[in-house]
Amino acid sequence: MLTYARWKYFVILIVLLLSALYALPNIYPQDPSVQVTASRGAKIDPALSAQVSTMLKQGGVSPKSVELDNGNLLVRLNNPDQQIKANDVLREKLGSNYVVALNLASTVPNWLEKIGAKPMLLGLDLQGGVHFLMQVDQKAALDKRMDATAEDVRVSLRDGRVRYESVERRGANSIVATLASPADAEKARVEIAKSQPNLLLDVQGNTLTVQISEAEMQRMAVEAIEQNVGTLRNRINALGVSEPIIQRQGSDRIVVQLPGVQDTAQAKRILGATATLEYRGVVEGNPYDAVSTGTVPAGARVYYRRELGPDGKPMPVLLNKRVIASGDQLVGATSMMDPQTGTPAVSVRLNGVGGQRMFDYTTEHVGKPMAVVYIERIPEVRMVDGKEVRTTKINEEVISVANINGVFGKEFQTTGLDSSKEAADLALLLRSGSLAAPMDFIEERIVGPSLGRENIERGLTAVMYSFAFALVFFLFYYRVFGIITCLALLLNMLMLIAVMSLFNATLTLPGLAGIALTVGMSVDANVLINERIREELRLGLPPQTAIAEGYERASGTIADANLTAILAGVALFAFGTGPVKGFAVSLIVGIATSMYTAVGVSRAIATLIYGGRRKIKTIWI
Amino acid sequence: MKPFNVFPYDSNINFIRLRWLSLGIALAMLLVAVGGMFVKGFNFALDFTGGAVTEMRFEKPVDVDDVRERLDRAGYEGAQVQSFGSGNDLLIRLQPKQAAAGAEDKGNTTASDVQNALAFEGNPGKVLRSEVVGPQVGKDLAINGLWALIFVVVGFLIYISFRFEKKFAIAAVLTTLHDVVVVTGWFALSGHEFDLTVLAGVLSVMGFSINDTIVVFDRVRENFRSMRASPEEILNKSINQTLSRTVITSFVAFLTVFALYLYGGGSLEGMAESQMIGIIIGTLSSIFVACPLLTIGFLKVTKQDLMPKAKDEAALARRP
Repeated sequence: MLTYARWKYFVILIVLLLSALYALPNIYPQDPSVQVTASRGAKIDPALSAQVSTMLKQGGVSPKSVELDNGNLLVRLNNPDQQIKANDVLREKLGSNYVVALNLASTVPNWLEKIGAKPMLLGLDLQGGVHFLMQVDQKAALDKRMDATAEDVRVSLRDGRVRYESVERRGANSIVATLASPADAEKARVEIAKSQPNLLLDVQGNTLTVQISEAEMQRMAVEAIEQNVGTLRNRINALGVSEPIIQRQGSDRIVVQLPGVQDTAQAKRILGATATLEYRGVVEGNPYDAVSTGTVPAGARVYYRRELGPDGKPMPVLLNKRVIASGDQLVGATSMMDPQTGTPAVSVRLNGVGGQRMFDYTTEHVGKPMAVVYIERIPEVRMVDGKEVRTTKINEEVISVANINGVFGKEFQTTGLDSSKEAADLALLLRSGSLAAPMDFIEERIVGPSLGRENIERGLTAVMYSFAFALVFFLFYYRVFGIITCLALLLNMLMLIAVMSLFNATLTLPGLAGIALTVGMSVDANVLINERIREELRLGLPPQTAIAEGYERASGTIADANLTAILAGVALFAFGTGPVKGFAVSLIVGIATSMYTAVGVSRAIATLIYGGRRKIKTIWI
Repeated sequence: MKPFNVFPYDSNINFIRLRWLSLGIALAMLLVAVGGMFVKGFNFALDFTGGAVTEMRFEKPVDVDDVRERLDRAGYEGAQVQSFGSGNDLLIRLQPKQAAAGAEDKGNTTASDVQNALAFEGNPGKVLRSEVVGPQVGKDLAINGLWALIFVVVGFLIYISFRFEKKFAIAAVLTTLHDVVVVTGWFALSGHEFDLTVLAGVLSVMGFSINDTIVVFDRVRENFRSMRASPEEILNKSINQTLSRTVITSFVAFLTVFALYLYGGGSLEGMAESQMIGIIIGTLSSIFVACPLLTIGFLKVTKQDLMPKAKDEAALARRP
């Protein structure tokens, strides 16, 4: 008998409502906009908003609106040209205390955002922007670490008063120390094991072979790439890109995608900017007096802290002109919990030379403050009288000041941090001082915004036509069941969009193609059912039984056929990159939703039309 | 009212009798495709090979189509030209000529070549930058593609063996691989550009092809359990019963992909092309290759293969 449980209708209704709700945000267009964020404690307030409005008016730009949004200032504009103009005007006039970034502002109403309904993200190919694929030179990173380790071995031997003839690197991951006498070998082994417990040591006569274990090498490689990702993230934040994607890919690649950025040259300059840091002692004296009078104690210099003081200006600090240790002596920095106090801390590791100097300095200055200075060199290109002038902007900031608790060498902790987030940030900043390994740009792609818009239009037209083709064919071929099939297909499309929006999937051009192909695939399930019903009718079954049988029998086939197709989609997703992945996502989701709509929803509609107790003589199929 | 139908009811074409012919044709197509891949190779797009990227700035806006034409004449076929900014700036990606040696050098010669080709009168262009993008991406992708293929094949074998039977799994996988190879071979033979989206298209052909084959196999399994007839008859019957469904599905799927081809623009053309061919080949192979494979050699199915066995016997044994 042709029946369909009432609760299943209820489920369909809920699915329909949810799908409509979560697909809805996609129809709200995005405003091209410019986002202003405060960079070093500067304030975003209504006064700034008024100021920005005047600046824009002077620059000949009339914004749609200027609003405060989550502590940022959002300037909505009418079109992308105005957006670029506004960006130029604001960037020039607001100066370095604010980060000005291009953005696409959502116009989705608040209540939708509250329930988590967001539009799909658009891929680079649909929005425009630059894409870089960078290769990290792992060999160079390991070389750097091996040199540091060799230096450490020398220091350990020296500290342990073991006489040695040479310490040199052999091959990719071993260091050979030749000792003056074989008698010292055991002592040397103990000394090195004390300071570097995770090295593999092997004594033979007067030679001591130090090897780095495979696991340690692996860890070093991973650390190197993570440090590079951290460095890039910092630099890109300085560039002011609203939603950058910085991802590790494979064991030695980093993908950087900057939506909305069109100038690869500028982007590359920033990514290639160098930063470093220095440890300096704090000199006694009142820095405010020094700034106001201009008389600075001998051997000292005025630096400014990153945070703002009570007067709203960066706080000055007097630091020693002599550097204790600098960034190229930094081997690693990780945030951690201080085992003694349980408070957040950052553990820093210097190489042998840096460690020695740190040891010497701290021996003399226990209890006194020491500061970390972050130095960034940003190449800039300015047009002066029609000529390109290349300059380097040097940015020096004190990122932390802490008291020296005791004597320490190459491994030490910076404690007294307020939160673990602060610790993580500091560790990141310390690490981002330098790239762990050089990187090469192995791929770059630029997608113009106009090309993106064109891509969207073309893709949507294509999907619409493919949909229309299928619908018209079904209406013509299966009549009433054609209508049912069309309804199922429409709901399938709606569900697909809702699911992709909900999971924050990125829509790419091949993704659009995937949606079109989904239409093609979900057609299959519907055709299977309809043909089966016809077959059952031909075998002489009464219409209602034929419908029920048709759905029943086709379901198994549909499940088998679609699950295998999903399998292919999963492989595409797992092994594909970029565009291939986008395609796979829409294919997998599409097949899954089509299984539900073709089997469940279309059956529900068919039952609504032909179900019940009344006898039906013929059906239109 | 009588339904429309593409195929008359109870069509009874003897596909199995044609099996040597159809398998022969399939094998011939396979060989031609493989031969094409080896002899002609692929026209890999920049996605795979890398290439030269040149950025140029002109005094006045230039016509992108004209630029493409000029580059074509200078021997750089299939260059990708994009304008950005105000339209005075062009981004040109192309395949450097073989002659230039060395990565650095290649970038420079190509840049000056491009500049010469684009010497518009009264609108001089300046090369802002020019560099060679590495081909390394290609090697990785090829390896990933291979892994994807292995994953899919093994996945299919396991799933189909589990749901159907080992012979069916092998036949389905052979059919699907045949389709993928033929579609790939088409790109080698036609010399059409092979880029990332084409790769995605080719891999999705697997999904379509297996889907189509499974539907027919499903009917074979059903008929084996309910009909008393020789395996050949059952296979034939199954193909005929599912024939109209196969053709309609493929027709509509083809239409949707055809819409992509027509309206999707240049960037989707390759993908749509691979899928159009894939759908045709996939449909033909599920009729002419998949089932005939089940009648030959060690793949020959018997009623025993598909009768519910172990599970039911165990169930019987458990009965008092």
